[in-house]
Amino acid sequence: MELAAAKMIGAGLACIALVGAGIGIGNVFGSYLSGALRNPGAAASQTTNLLLGFALCEATGLFGLVIALIILFT
Amino acid sequence: MNPMEQFRVTPLVPLHFAGYDISFTNQALVMCLVVGAISLFMMVAVTSRQLVPGRMQSLAEISYEFVGNMIHSAAGEAGYRFFPFVFAIFMFVLASNFFGLIPGIFTVTSQIAVTFSLAALVILTVIVTGFMTHGIGFLKLFVPKAPFVLLILLVPIEVISFLTRPISLSVRLFANMLAGHTMLKVFAGFVIGLGGAGGILSVLSIAPMFLIVAVSALELLVAFLQAYVFAILTCIYLNEALHLHDHH
Repeated sequence: MELAAAKMIGAGLACIALVGAGIGIGNVFGSYLSGALRNPGAAASQTTNLLLGFALCEATGLFGLVIALIILFT
Repeated sequence: MNPMEQFRVTPLVPLHFAGYDISFTNQALVMCLVVGAISLFMMVAVTSRQLVPGRMQSLAEISYEFVGNMIHSAAGEAGYRFFPFVFAIFMFVLASNFFGLIPGIFTVTSQIAVTFSLAALVILTVIVTGFMTHGIGFLKLFVPKAPFVLLILLVPIEVISFLTRPISLSVRLFANMLAGHTMLKVFAGFVIGLGGAGGILSVLSIAPMFLIVAVSALELLVAFLQAYVFAILTCIYLNEALHLHDHH
């Protein structure tokens, strides 16, 4: 019973990974916006890099989800 | 109602061969549907080719040019050899994600087995391409321009970062789909729970309903974005295999 409870707590703790992902994604889009407002002409050419940065950033948070799933279902 | 229930793979036609379970599952059915839908769409779109394209033809041309531009910007002229590969991967992931958003249809890309197979295919293509273009010189990919003392530290990091690529590529797609669909199901559970509570709470159940609509719109965006990211990362990895560190 204690093991089950510990698993639940561990899975919950794994969600802390989202803190980093949230900060990172906010940083990506915030920096893009501030850059785009300074130089709107160059903004369109950087959407690929924007989405790439977003995806790489988001993946780190999703690893937390995977850890939570591994804890819960093994 | 378990929100993870929707990801269960159930056999439709049980088949066993030499000790292996090769049953035709709901996942295989949806994968066949996806491939059939893409093939049908592409074939119908180009049967009546016109100089001024109609709606269907435009859609096919847009997707073709979209992937073409993506390859050109990420991998340069040499990347066009891989157009069929990248286009197939992009269309398959995109269609699977969109099919999964239709209520009641199994989401193929929410299975790590599927996404990891795709990612492994990408990485194997990258490795084979790299060795075919550069021979043993492909290993220079792991040796950045740096003083020798730093290389002792940098080479293992480069190797590890290369080896984690298939994992991050597959987990990104799988986890996004899994998380999105779980979230939709959890909110759907709110609607049913509140609706059955009676009184003022039943009226309040309309609120999570609107939330589901909004989240569905977000999921449409994510479905496209993840297919795009998967394809562009494929292009970037191919670019490294084709050009090593120097930019095209």
